[in-house]
Amino acid sequence: MKIIIRLLKIIAVIIFLAGLIVLPHYLKFHYQDLLIFLTVNVLVVASYRIVTLTGEWSLIHAVMMGVGAYTAALLFKNFNLAIWFTLPLAGGMAGLIAALLSFPLFRMTQFYFLIGSFAAGEAIRLTWMQFIVPFGGSGGLSGIEPPMIGSIDFMDPIPYYYLALGVVSACLFILYRIEKSRIGLTLHAVHWKAPLAQSVGVDTWRYRALAFIIGSFFVGIAGALKIHYLGTITPNQFGIGFMVFILIWVIVGGYNTIFGPVIGVVVLTIFDESVRGFGELRPAIYGGVLIISILFLPLGLESIYTKFLTLCGIGGNSSDGPPP
Amino acid sequence: MELILQSIINGLIQGGFFALFAVGLVLIFGVMGVVNFAHGELVMVGAYTVWLLHAQNGIPFIPVILIAIILVTVIGLLMERFLFRPTCNDPLAGLICSIGILFILQVLATVVGGDGPSKQVPPPYQGTLILFDFLRVPYQRVFSFFVSAAGLGTLWYFLTRTKLGWALRAVALDREASALQGININRISMIAIGVGGALAGLAGALMAPLTNINPHMGHNVIITAFIVTIVGGVGSLSGAVIAAVIYALFHTFITVYFGGVIATICGLLLMVVVLIIKPTGIMGVRVSE
Repeated sequence: MKIIIRLLKIIAVIIFLAGLIVLPHYLKFHYQDLLIFLTVNVLVVASYRIVTLTGEWSLIHAVMMGVGAYTAALLFKNFNLAIWFTLPLAGGMAGLIAALLSFPLFRMTQFYFLIGSFAAGEAIRLTWMQFIVPFGGSGGLSGIEPPMIGSIDFMDPIPYYYLALGVVSACLFILYRIEKSRIGLTLHAVHWKAPLAQSVGVDTWRYRALAFIIGSFFVGIAGALKIHYLGTITPNQFGIGFMVFILIWVIVGGYNTIFGPVIGVVVLTIFDESVRGFGELRPAIYGGVLIISILFLPLGLESIYTKFLTLCGIGGNSSDGPPP
Repeated sequence: MELILQSIINGLIQGGFFALFAVGLVLIFGVMGVVNFAHGELVMVGAYTVWLLHAQNGIPFIPVILIAIILVTVIGLLMERFLFRPTCNDPLAGLICSIGILFILQVLATVVGGDGPSKQVPPPYQGTLILFDFLRVPYQRVFSFFVSAAGLGTLWYFLTRTKLGWALRAVALDREASALQGININRISMIAIGVGGALAGLAGALMAPLTNINPHMGHNVIITAFIVTIVGGVGSLSGAVIAAVIYALFHTFITVYFGGVIATICGLLLMVVVLIIKPTGIMGVRVSE
């Protein structure tokens, strides 16, 4: 029985991966664009999850993505660096800013951290708006081109999609390994049993900061990846509006396992596209879905899967939940 | 010198508005433990009511203020009953629900007012008060200042001189202990959000003739409310009022000399500094864990 289930799982994963690879060839141009942004957003929510592992909900993640994006844009425009260099440097810059911010921010917890991270993020974002040189003010920067390697032009959505898919998959794999490693387990401990973790010698402050830095590093990469395709960058792309969307994706998807946020961003993006016909009513429908899912599905979409497994008697009990 | 005095007066009037909506946010957070992200949108609804009924349909200003207060209070009560009460065990869920409301109210405003440029409401009170030959204060601002002061005074009286006000403050201090004393928590939560909503509606209605009205005006309101709440000390109403006046003066002066965006950046930095140096704010009390 168990072997069969395992086999089925492996087959499902292979079909899924093959589907991801052939998918763009069957889509219209508009949907190919969307697929690239969706791929980037998957990295955004997966990296946000590392931050939330310690139980702190930050409101600065979108701005951290902006830090990565602005780093990539400025490096490209001023030094003409190729994407292979801007991606890691963007991540590094976001990680560095996160490391600096962690000193003031992690003196706070819970509500204060939420508000403090919001304030720090808005201050960074307003700085981009205020200084025309070098950030381009509220109009932002444009003319950031995707790379060109040999005869492959990454301006085309399909090659760029494969590039994004490769980078995002690699990052997701690293994030997954981090979560399953000793560090990840410690982060869980810091969340659920902070005093106990402290009593056995875990520096909770340092682990919270570490999670924040790792999350910011990967979201910085996501920002660079997005901006190289989009070509233009403005401060408003990384405002509280986008941060709210990150929160919605994570919460509607569920945040007990790494799959929840990914499910959330995929399902809600598809949903968002399907209500495109409603035009300006769209945010209200989004808001309604958000409220309904909070009220009736507090553990997120992923809980449907776990419930289904429990129903079948396989016992999909996730080990990441709160201890009894 | 004239500029400084003029800025002080403008700052004080601004402080009245800031206090009105910040106090509501503090009240809701204190009693229910929910960060109401839609608070700025409640103010926006108040302003839209004035635009729709007063500027478009010519109903006199004072009754419209009352209608705005009632409308926003009702929205607040509905939010409490159907969103915050079912999710009261999970503060994050309440926050997310309020974000949902934020979206819905913004879209409603777009539907009612159209997507065009920001709306303006012609001030119902024309003319300018001239003090000492050089200070110019439009009557509209004078009126707004006194009404917001009266609103805050009524709140102060309610909280410190009535039994219901005492009960409300008791719940804000300790939910369980107050429940054990026989205070009906749900009823107090309704009152808290009702009062918070009424103040937000009043703030919106008073601000309407003095500002640009658009569906996204709540964004600046909520940032200001956060700064004022943190600087004043979370859960402290008197702190919020004092911080509102201080922050309004601070903001007005920096706007006069350096521009609005720099002023907001400085405000946010001020908030971060307060969070680091004295997380309990200027009037806050340290809460044991």
